[in-house]
Amino acid sequence: MKQFADLFMNLDRTNKTNAKVDLLKNYFLAAPDDDKLWALTLFTGRRPSFKVNRTQVKEWAAAEAGVPMWLFQESYHSVGDLGETISLLLPRTSIGGSDKSLSEWFRYLGMLPGMTDEEKHDHITQAWMQLSQLETFVFNKLLMGSFRIGVSQTLVVRALAEATETDSNVIAHRVMGQWDPLETTFEQLILDKGENDNASRPYPFFLAYPIEGDVADLGEASDWFAEWKWDGIRSQIIYRNKELFIWTRGEELSTEKFPELHFLSDVLPDGTVLDGEIVTYSNGRPMPFNVLQTRIGRKNLSKKVLEEAPVAFLAYDMLEANGVDIRGLTQEQRRAQLEALHANVPAQNYFNLSPLIDFKDWQALRDLHSQSRENIAEGFMIKRKASTYQVGRKKGDWWKWKIDPLSVDAVLIYAQKGSGRRAELFTDYTFAVWGDDGKLVPFAKAYSGLTDAEIGQVDYFIKRNVLEKFGPVRTVKPELVFEIGFEGINESTRHKSGIAVRFPRILRWRKDKKAEEADSLGSLKEILGNYK
Amino acid sequence: MPKQPLLQFTGKSIYCAVADVHIDPWMPVGRAIITHAHSDHARWGSQHYLAHKDSEPILRLRLGQDINLQTVQYGEKFMINGVKFSLHPAGHIIGSAQIRVEYQGEVWVASGDYKLENDNFATPYEPVKCNVFITESTFGLPIYKWQPQQQVMSEIDDWWAQNRADGKASVLMGYSLGKMQRILKNIQLQDSVMYAHGAIYTVNERLREAGFDLPELTLVTKETDRKLFKGALILAPPSADGTTWIKKFAPYSVGYCSGWMALRGAKNRRAVDQGFVLSDHVDWPDLNRAVKETGAERVYVTHGYTSIYSRWLNENGIEAAEVTTMYGNEDENEEEETVQDASAGQDAYQEHKQELDGAVNADKDGSEL
Repeated sequence: MKQFADLFMNLDRTNKTNAKVDLLKNYFLAAPDDDKLWALTLFTGRRPSFKVNRTQVKEWAAAEAGVPMWLFQESYHSVGDLGETISLLLPRTSIGGSDKSLSEWFRYLGMLPGMTDEEKHDHITQAWMQLSQLETFVFNKLLMGSFRIGVSQTLVVRALAEATETDSNVIAHRVMGQWDPLETTFEQLILDKGENDNASRPYPFFLAYPIEGDVADLGEASDWFAEWKWDGIRSQIIYRNKELFIWTRGEELSTEKFPELHFLSDVLPDGTVLDGEIVTYSNGRPMPFNVLQTRIGRKNLSKKVLEEAPVAFLAYDMLEANGVDIRGLTQEQRRAQLEALHANVPAQNYFNLSPLIDFKDWQALRDLHSQSRENIAEGFMIKRKASTYQVGRKKGDWWKWKIDPLSVDAVLIYAQKGSGRRAELFTDYTFAVWGDDGKLVPFAKAYSGLTDAEIGQVDYFIKRNVLEKFGPVRTVKPELVFEIGFEGINESTRHKSGIAVRFPRILRWRKDKKAEEADSLGSLKEILGNYK
Repeated sequence: MPKQPLLQFTGKSIYCAVADVHIDPWMPVGRAIITHAHSDHARWGSQHYLAHKDSEPILRLRLGQDINLQTVQYGEKFMINGVKFSLHPAGHIIGSAQIRVEYQGEVWVASGDYKLENDNFATPYEPVKCNVFITESTFGLPIYKWQPQQQVMSEIDDWWAQNRADGKASVLMGYSLGKMQRILKNIQLQDSVMYAHGAIYTVNERLREAGFDLPELTLVTKETDRKLFKGALILAPPSADGTTWIKKFAPYSVGYCSGWMALRGAKNRRAVDQGFVLSDHVDWPDLNRAVKETGAERVYVTHGYTSIYSRWLNENGIEAAEVTTMYGNEDENEEEETVQDASAGQDAYQEHKQELDGAVNADKDGSEL
């Protein structure tokens, strides 16, 4: 455990990508195979659930620490991370730490699901007593945490590729898809030299960079394809060995969530992998993202939901044809194969091609760009005709050219402390605009968009201008004005303002404006009117 | 007429009406008693100051050579309008004092900032029995539990030794008054020149001139040969972080000494290479111990986690209330202090300031796939 805890601490301590890769690489070179597999499980977001109730764990920790529950909560608000809070509150019984390895601890945790609450209590508190503070923190992360320490899958793949001297694209592919640390070994998963026998395994997605400067800087317009950038769920559809798999970009196997697309198993040839966007779709055109939102995350798709928010797949790339990986072909060749495939599928609504935009020069494309919103698109995707399908976010061949966000000037009225890196600072803000009755109506929460220096200044203001406290939330004197950008806007019955905005974020701090000069609900409704 | 409390919180100081004396006023007053020389407790503009004699060099440095200042020793009793005052060691920084106020058999203690552990420079804290205790609660949450000082100091020793071996400079950041002297008195000094930023250099020189036993530091100037920084220890205030001043030490490792380093979030936000959990304030166990040892039946909590800590005391049978003051903003004042000390010969300060104001620090979180 010490080896992994040290890795965790060191990764957490550096912001430098190369340093992180080196740390991971050294871990993968030195750790036992079992531990490597578990580390990989954690870093790729596959931590199994141990069926523990967070509230119970909090109560047990508070009892061990001898603090009342309210003080536990206050501590948690300050730290911002439950696992860390517990590790700081528990009495320090073990200084040296535990001799058990990471995989041994996982086996220990694996015993939890069958236990009674009382047995779970004993099992967990006994573990805490054996661990040092840092190890307790890591243990709590294994037990119930999310594992966000600025290590992306790309970094893990790079480190593994270096440690095993294997091509990183091969590693990227091997760690994707469905695998269970209890049913495989590091050897089988990563070092397997044989053919890929996992039918469900998706390819790593090729991701675009935002375009820099003017679109004309890309060179000859005729070298490029342009498509609308759809505001849906990036997905890969796989049909292999007569089985259909739908993967979303978050590497979630979501086949069951889209029954409309299950017919594809009747029409696609075996050994097909398509890349595209799942969007809600009606009358031959996509619907706004908030319609899609009504069915994301639902366990049961009722008949009503399926009727009101039907989805379709808009395909824009083909990665595998007749069981052969064709990512090395050019964009143009792959597109031709995709079009040929689509032409052979009987016409229907749920499987469409994302159309190529016809433009003779960059100016023509610029003119069309302003029509993105009418087309329920976020802008364009621009793809080099001669490019292969690459792994991860790469510069040069795929670009996204997004429309400017919508924006209003709003007043900061509530604040809450952040977590992780931002614990102890007020970083989570709620913004309001002026209602018809002259009162401020909250309409959006935003977390990001300010520089560290600005966050410091806003935090300073908040700490001196608190009007009321509600648990962790502070009502702040309405004085600071910010320009809030957002991607979409819709009517909402759930919000007091009657509107809901999508991806709100702080564009800039309007130090030049007074609270009275902020926008009104009327201006938001006007944007809503234009947008519909 | 009901008897008025011996000390009152008037919104500009902790005020003793009978003696007409203000403790740590944040506005100019007639007669002020100062617990210690940190700028959130010692403010400019009062007609008469009284403080412990060890506070004198820094008070004069910060508030002006010509302030009207009277100094006393710890335990020395003096009367003002029939009120008996004395100063007792607070262990926070050099010269820091708890102010004991006694009138008609009732004793109040205003403790300013304090810690219980002996830091080998400030006179160690001594508990003072009282009826009413006024305490800070900067780290008044049970998550704060300090390691023994010697452990943290050996972490600093190891870090410096490692950097020397790697041919890097060690830039150690912390408050210029208090933290830096504590570090200099407790780390293993290597056989090499130690460099300092103007803010720290000035404080160190003043204290040495006043006869305190501190090692000599060398001021970093534009002319200092950069090759000399290799393997050296450079002491810097927190405000130097991320400035062009610090870049001249490359290659270097940055260490930061603060109680806040106990939290992962605070450590990562600072983006330092090494956080050392070292505070000149009491941690949770010591805070509770200190309150208990005073035997006070009532406690006022002035700064830090005031509402939380007073609730905790009330639930544990000690009557307590939170009080709003202007104490506890050392962080922000450290920056002001840096600018004030610019006269020490550092023209890089203005540059820092501009960078601090205009810096666009992109979020450094690793981008997720």
